[in-house]
Amino acid sequence: MDFSWMAWTKPTAYFFLTILCFLITLTVWEIKVPGGNPRNSVLGFETTRGDRLFMSLLGSAYIHIFWIALTSASVWWAFAIAILFAICVFSFV
Amino acid sequence: MIQKQVNQKAWFMVLPVFLIVAFSAVIPLMTVVNYSVQDTFGNNVFSWYGLGWFEEIIHSPRFHDAFLRQLLFSGIILAIEIPLGICIALAMPKKGWGVPVCLVTMALPLLIPWNVVGTIWQIFGRVDIGLLGHTLAQMGINYNYVQDPLAAWLTVIVMDVWHWTSLVVLLCYAGLCSIPDAYYQAAKIDGATRLAVFRYIQLPKMQRVLLIAVLLRFMDSFMIYTEPFVITGGGPGNSTTFLSIDLVKMAIGQFDLGPAAAMSLIYFLVILLLSWVFYTVMSNVGEESKGGH
Repeated sequence: MDFSWMAWTKPTAYFFLTILCFLITLTVWEIKVPGGNPRNSVLGFETTRGDRLFMSLLGSAYIHIFWIALTSASVWWAFAIAILFAICVFSFV
Repeated sequence: MIQKQVNQKAWFMVLPVFLIVAFSAVIPLMTVVNYSVQDTFGNNVFSWYGLGWFEEIIHSPRFHDAFLRQLLFSGIILAIEIPLGICIALAMPKKGWGVPVCLVTMALPLLIPWNVVGTIWQIFGRVDIGLLGHTLAQMGINYNYVQDPLAAWLTVIVMDVWHWTSLVVLLCYAGLCSIPDAYYQAAKIDGATRLAVFRYIQLPKMQRVLLIAVLLRFMDSFMIYTEPFVITGGGPGNSTTFLSIDLVKMAIGQFDLGPAAAMSLIYFLVILLLSWVFYTVMSNVGEESKGGH
């Protein structure tokens, strides 16, 4: 099938493949350790693994947006901060 | 001990819905992401532009203005519709023939399509043939929503209040009806004032429906398009150009697919964050009230 009319690009494909990988990882994780590992977060409410992934992705998007808004430095720095942010979310939230 | 049987076959039943949602929502959203990093001059020829559109949109005064107008609009209509909705719900009868009359009257504005509401108010406010516009002009009030930004804003706000306060009323009324009589009887025995009954019985019991009302009204008003577009077309000037109107102007009017896609994604992220915050607050309020009783 020819999808060239949709003008897909490799970076977009990598972006969505990464998200797909996260979802597959979470599914496998859930099958291995069911229940979603709920715990009371530092934010004062209960979170599961899915919540943590959602927060990480949404937070990463905002980190990139604010990075672009506030500085003209390379966006890879924002990417690094986003990874640190995701690690923190999965560790403490 | 009974072993709970685990059967994952039901997931296959969900497959058709998954495919339909993928076709109608997920892939179009992916397309928007794809367009946001490219530039096009038509003819379906695209070239890579990286994060350039995001930089342009985030630093554009046009986007800032539309965003601020949108926040102001949502803030104003929430500040009016929520208290007004509570007051009307409190004033509505709880039994007798008045109940169906009030409920049907309240539901009527909700049944009218958005573009029809826009048309009604567009004509209603006109100085030459509209009842409201003509009456105000006869009273010597300078009201012209086509030329005066303040009049345009007032018209759009009053129209939204007219259209959507009923939703808040119906939700609050449902919340009020679910309060058992025993609470009121206990309050009567204690000699509680009308204000105390509202503050300590009705308001806490309405908390959950009120959060739903705030969420729904905020989301709807934040995405408002049809009514202001029909009434003012975003004018005079750009005074009522809210985010969605600006987005459509950019995407369809100017056919700037790249910046429009970048703007859609920022708009989407704002809505996603606010929805998540509201949802989290709502579910935690629910948990607390469950735990509290």
